[in-house]
Amino acid sequence: MMKARRRMYPVLVEPEELLNISSKDVVLIDVRKEEDYIHGHIPDAVSLPLARVLESMDPKQLHRLFRSVGVDDASKYAIVYDDTFGALAARVAWALEYIGHERVSLLSITYGRWVSLGYAVEKGRGKGKGIEQISTVDDNDDTGIDISADYDILATYDYIQAIIEGIKQLQQGKETNINSSSSSNSSIKKGDGDGKVLLDVRERLNYLDHHIPYAMNIPWKAFAGEDRILKSVDEINSLLSYRKISRSDEVIVYCGSVGTLSGLSYYALRLAGYTRVRLYARSLKEWRSLNLPVEGFKNAHYWDLSAE
Amino acid sequence: MQKQQDHHRIHIESSENERESWGLPEEVTSVEEMVRLYREGKISEDEFRRFRLQHGMYGSRLNKDYTMVRIKVPAGILYPDQLIRLAKLCEDFSIGSVHVTTRQNIQMHWVYLDDAPAVEKGLVEVGLTSREACGNTVRNVVCSPFAGICRNEPFDVTPYAKALARFFLRNPMCQNLPRKFKFNFACCDEHSYARIADVGLVPVVREEEVSDGNASRKVRGFRVYIGGGLGPASYLAELLEDFTPEDMLLPTCMAVIRLFDRLGDREKVHRNRMRYLVHDMGFERFRELVLKERRIVLMTRSVLANLYIREDKVDAPHTDDIDLVELKPFNAPDGFHRWVKSNVMDQKQKGYAIVFIPLPAGDVTARQLRALASICREFSHEGCVVTTPYQGFALRWVMKSRLVELYKRLSETGLANYGALSIASVVGCTSTTSCNLAITNAHRLAKEIRSRLIELGLDMDDALRDSTIKISGCPNSCGQHMIATIGFFGAAVRMNNTLTPAYNMLLGGKVGKESALGRIVARVPAKRIIDVILRLIDVYRKERLDGEGFASWIDRVLEGNGTNIKSVDDLKPIIEEASKLPSPEEDPESYVDYGSDSRFIVKTARGECAA
Repeated sequence: MMKARRRMYPVLVEPEELLNISSKDVVLIDVRKEEDYIHGHIPDAVSLPLARVLESMDPKQLHRLFRSVGVDDASKYAIVYDDTFGALAARVAWALEYIGHERVSLLSITYGRWVSLGYAVEKGRGKGKGIEQISTVDDNDDTGIDISADYDILATYDYIQAIIEGIKQLQQGKETNINSSSSSNSSIKKGDGDGKVLLDVRERLNYLDHHIPYAMNIPWKAFAGEDRILKSVDEINSLLSYRKISRSDEVIVYCGSVGTLSGLSYYALRLAGYTRVRLYARSLKEWRSLNLPVEGFKNAHYWDLSAE
Repeated sequence: MQKQQDHHRIHIESSENERESWGLPEEVTSVEEMVRLYREGKISEDEFRRFRLQHGMYGSRLNKDYTMVRIKVPAGILYPDQLIRLAKLCEDFSIGSVHVTTRQNIQMHWVYLDDAPAVEKGLVEVGLTSREACGNTVRNVVCSPFAGICRNEPFDVTPYAKALARFFLRNPMCQNLPRKFKFNFACCDEHSYARIADVGLVPVVREEEVSDGNASRKVRGFRVYIGGGLGPASYLAELLEDFTPEDMLLPTCMAVIRLFDRLGDREKVHRNRMRYLVHDMGFERFRELVLKERRIVLMTRSVLANLYIREDKVDAPHTDDIDLVELKPFNAPDGFHRWVKSNVMDQKQKGYAIVFIPLPAGDVTARQLRALASICREFSHEGCVVTTPYQGFALRWVMKSRLVELYKRLSETGLANYGALSIASVVGCTSTTSCNLAITNAHRLAKEIRSRLIELGLDMDDALRDSTIKISGCPNSCGQHMIATIGFFGAAVRMNNTLTPAYNMLLGGKVGKESALGRIVARVPAKRIIDVILRLIDVYRKERLDGEGFASWIDRVLEGNGTNIKSVDDLKPIIEEASKLPSPEEDPESYVDYGSDSRFIVKTARGECAA
């Protein structure tokens, strides 16, 4: 049984708050591409492109990587931002949590918004922290650090397979007394999954086309605010309550590729006070590559409704 | 400020422009409550269906977990903040795009039923509603997109359309009609869709003598058409009386609705639109009843039963006029002239133009909606856009001197498509992309025809400008195929021993002064429709008289007065020839519907219009 997690640090940090934090323990991480960082970034930020973080799921290696940009002990407070809806930042923040680092927050706005609000930016390679150091990591310097990963926030394909099996068995047991008003076969309601909810956060048409069996769909944009990377707690909670997803549920989020958009959704749930949330970090990309079963709705030509 | 005119029960307000707010916050709560009760199994399917249709939620194709939310847009008027909200709502809860309908509604498809309250909330916050967009009630009040700027109009009917919409929305007298009920306002005869609605209204002004006989005054009024509508059996509405003065507008409409409510058929689900009632009893008899009922309405109606006519002023500075034909700016980008030719028209107000924004079969993305919102703020002096019966948008009160700039802006987000007022502006209902009744994918077909015609440059051909193509995926006519020069409605036909997606083809439909319904002339496989259309255009080009448009030629052939191709009978073999399919073995693609990669099968479920 996974333990309920309470956050010590807020999910979101406001720009004003960021400007007022003067602690030397803060590490502001810019996860955009390096050339974008050089072109302009928030003052004092270090560069750690998402691609670097995605290179490995090995906790030891991730640990080294984060240490190289200054998150070198548990007292450091990481604040992460991007310019891609907060999704890349979320994936990086999640990786930090995954290696057991609890002091991490997301900047509540994107870099683009930061610039348009007229906040200061800095050009060039910054304070030398980060970029050079990443490439000169000492591979043997892991002594004395706890590098066990937090597997409670991760979902793997076999973990999901087990959930699917569980739901199947539950549904077979219930088959005799199905509620006639809900004829759904493509989504699970609260309770059906023994308190476990598979949540696909891709866009609706992709979901209709195919998804992991029993997954329900809330497009990630439903969690995203107009000018902020996430909606308010109340708005997110009302969405989730319409879907009958409760705080006691364990929610497993996934998206189409590498856990970025689902990473953002992971933090939407955490912001709303959900404590049992897992990210299927390798998401559908892995699921499809393993030829694991998917289901979809084939009785309509919904793709032709798309104006794209 | 309200001023009551003499004995006229019409209120003219001259206050500051104030925006209509159609939504009601308490309806969010009731949607929330009813969806919950339904999901918990505490109310029946039937009870819930009735409720949700009344609140604009229509079932999705063969999937009960999803709903279509139809947003009622009276007179088609949408403001920038509403466009932005629609963008956000469709990204959050729908498919990232919305659909503009032939009756000026906006539809969001594949909304998860449980999210409906969130959508409603988002709509109500910006003054929109889905209330009574479906169900057996007064549907969206349609108004010509030219109203207010049309050179032929005697006066702007927009305030009347909005007032009527406001009067009937949530009005107890029309919450449970035998069937849906539609009002269409025209600006003039030429642009009139008045004869395909239950009640169609064309504005007219009449000189009336004042009592002493020496002076006269102008009285606003309407030509009221009654009992029309498109569907499996279509009828054109008939004229009630020569002139219905504006103060009789509401009593007349109320009388018609009361009669329909009382006499309409509530049993035969497929024959309960008012047009059947009118047809069955005969128009003359129905007219007498309406006039009699109107006298009763006048004697008995509440003092509260009034139309509030609010005339908004457009704040547009004087500007020099520019001849659109002569418009040849030195900085015109590629495609500008082609776009002006098919998409831009003069307004009656000098120096200003109406700009059409055609959408492929009515689909528009969230990104485009946001772009349109900011373009509207920058370019339209009336500060709103209107939806059109051709499934697109129109931006009005645009200074002609800024057209180049506007064209560039629209181009950036794919909103400067050519062919708005041409044969290439093909209408297609949503059909198998979302509708339970659909047999074929008319939506995709419309898009395919459109791109082919544009590719061939047929949007530029003036001789085709009098013609339209409209397609429905079933006989129910949401795609308005009956009023198209070339209309199609979906069917399944066995050809070479294989079930094949096909269309019934109609010719000669039109709206406007000479409204006419199309005549079925052939059955064409879906994958041969484009060939048939092009073949028909070929024949026309050989057969036409000097200066004769495509639609006029078709009329002449339908009348049996063609040149070499004398009548439809001569045309049929040509269509048949172009419709031929190779065997399924040789060309399996021809037996598969557009948008599909598997064998064609017909799957439909119960329609909900009648629920």
